[in-house]
Amino acid sequence: MLEIRNLHVRVDAKPILRGVDLVIRAGEVHAVMGPNGSGKSTLANVLAGRDGYEVTQGSVLFRGKDLLSLAPEARARAGVFLAFQYPVEIPGVGNSYFMKAALNTVREARGLPTLDAIDFLKLVKQKARELEMDEAFLSRSVNEGFSGGEKKRNEILQMSLLEPALAVLDETDSGLDIDALRIVADGVNRLRSPERAVLAITHYQRLLDYLVPDRTHVLIGGRIAKSGDRSLALELEKRGYAWIEAEAQ
Amino acid sequence: MRGAAAERAFERIHASAAHGRSERAREEAWRTFAERGLPTTHDEGWRFTSLAPLEALDFAAPQPGEIPAEPLAAARARVGPARLITFSNGSFSGPPGESLEHGLADGRLALGSVLDPKLSALSALNTALLSGGAFIDVARSDTESQPIHVLHWLGGGAPQLVSPRVHVVVRAGASATLVEHFVGAPGSRGFSNSGTELVVERDARLRYVQVQELPESAFHVSSLATRQERGSRVELASLALGARLARVEISSTLSGESAELEVNGLYLGRGAQHQDHYTTIDHASPRTTSRELFKGILDGRAHGVFHGRVHVRPDAQKIDAAQTNRTLLLSDGAVIDSKPQLEIYADDVKCSHGASVGQLDSDQIFYLRARGLDLERARALLTFAFASEVLGKLPLETLRESLERSLLAWLPLGGVL
Repeated sequence: MLEIRNLHVRVDAKPILRGVDLVIRAGEVHAVMGPNGSGKSTLANVLAGRDGYEVTQGSVLFRGKDLLSLAPEARARAGVFLAFQYPVEIPGVGNSYFMKAALNTVREARGLPTLDAIDFLKLVKQKARELEMDEAFLSRSVNEGFSGGEKKRNEILQMSLLEPALAVLDETDSGLDIDALRIVADGVNRLRSPERAVLAITHYQRLLDYLVPDRTHVLIGGRIAKSGDRSLALELEKRGYAWIEAEAQ
Repeated sequence: MRGAAAERAFERIHASAAHGRSERAREEAWRTFAERGLPTTHDEGWRFTSLAPLEALDFAAPQPGEIPAEPLAAARARVGPARLITFSNGSFSGPPGESLEHGLADGRLALGSVLDPKLSALSALNTALLSGGAFIDVARSDTESQPIHVLHWLGGGAPQLVSPRVHVVVRAGASATLVEHFVGAPGSRGFSNSGTELVVERDARLRYVQVQELPESAFHVSSLATRQERGSRVELASLALGARLARVEISSTLSGESAELEVNGLYLGRGAQHQDHYTTIDHASPRTTSRELFKGILDGRAHGVFHGRVHVRPDAQKIDAAQTNRTLLLSDGAVIDSKPQLEIYADDVKCSHGASVGQLDSDQIFYLRARGLDLERARALLTFAFASEVLGKLPLETLRESLERSLLAWLPLGGVL
């Protein structure tokens, strides 16, 4: 599904990622953990195609095709979804209008029929219910005045509508209380299937209690310093990152 | 006067006009105008707006005529169900009981009691050459029965000067919604120099919307004055969509304690259009509040001007005033001149102002693209959203929705939405 090879990325001429290798197969959930400043969000943003991230070396293949040459919208249409760490507020753009536009654009690109207003509303209401989101959020402007947790839920709502092949979650768990965390993780779990993959970037092990990953990676200093299974996350929680940093040296 | 073609024409119109009841007031206003002449860019307050293209025209006196059926129907559809009062080429046609003459005759009103001809040369010109007037007196008993739609039609042919006046009183405790709507014949080079006076008595409420969608060949100056008594609330909105050159001059006085004022504006400019808003809010009493939000989208070589004066008098404490002006420039040739002017002479006052000029937010564009919308569509959507903040505050749903459709049609990329 996703093959990252020797990826080097600079931001403002400063090297952030310094040779990341990561392969995620269809059906897998991978967690990337790491201390602040290790390059976790850079990895998420570069996959989604945000401006200002300069790839100086390496490659990213998504379903065998070069991902980095695509515009952000083309990546979304091809099936890559980034759940933002800080979802932006867009006053004046209705949440429901926005999600319908996004869904129909993506469906069109996948050769599926577009949904009319009624079918869309039915679908989005059902998805919102699954995430225990009040329908009132659908008629408000995109993320405007939403609390931190509501914004994250709105990200997962979009993800469950767009049904991406690869979902990249950028610290979606931060700022969530334990109930919200469970609801969000359930939303991601519902998406899991043999044809899909998830890359969950997180600070905390607790998300992984709900979203049991197949592989856990530790990103330190712009490189994957250690990879392991579920138990690595638990060990990190107990021992911190220092021992891996020491091991890596 | 300096003797520009337009000024000579105004003099001719003045000499030939029949005056009637308010002769003295009108003569005095004429003297005020004759003394000052049309403003130039040397005048304070007119630095960014030149009337040169208007000065060269030889205006005729307003021509009688009726509003053609088609634009009349379109204008009515835009506003929705409302009580209609019309002005055709500046002359009033409505219920005789609601003519300005009638209000002057029975002594309920004196000419220029709110819109002082001394305020500006153009308000003096409006008074001096008054071509017709409406006097709308809203009593508590007919509160909000229906919105009032005042429709001004500016005909084509030889350029004419029209000088309509609308005087509204909302009596104590009453409430009203009024749309003042300016439309014209395609290609009209006329000059609509209108005056509007709004008096809102104790604890009364008025929502006033000016929709200016004259053809992009016409000239428009609107002098609008409001006076508010204690506990009243006024919401003004100015939608400057059309005309070659337009200036809306708002002078609001919060004369009674705890009066509230909200002023919203949206200006659209393309080609060589010029859209000017000059607002003055006078906090003359304690505990008065004002909120001002003006947004503009300028394309081509359009020129926008926003001048926001807020005046707080020495004995007016506990004032809360906020002013915001934001403009999106869609082209390199478009220009905005934005000037806040706070004059605060009291000490217990909360005043803020902010202005921004620029392009769309790149984080918002990225967010939309990351969900599959292409760049053009993301830009169109955000531009539309920028303007719809102002439209969203309008009181009438039909009007709001029809203006949203017009905005989409106006936007260079609106078709992709």
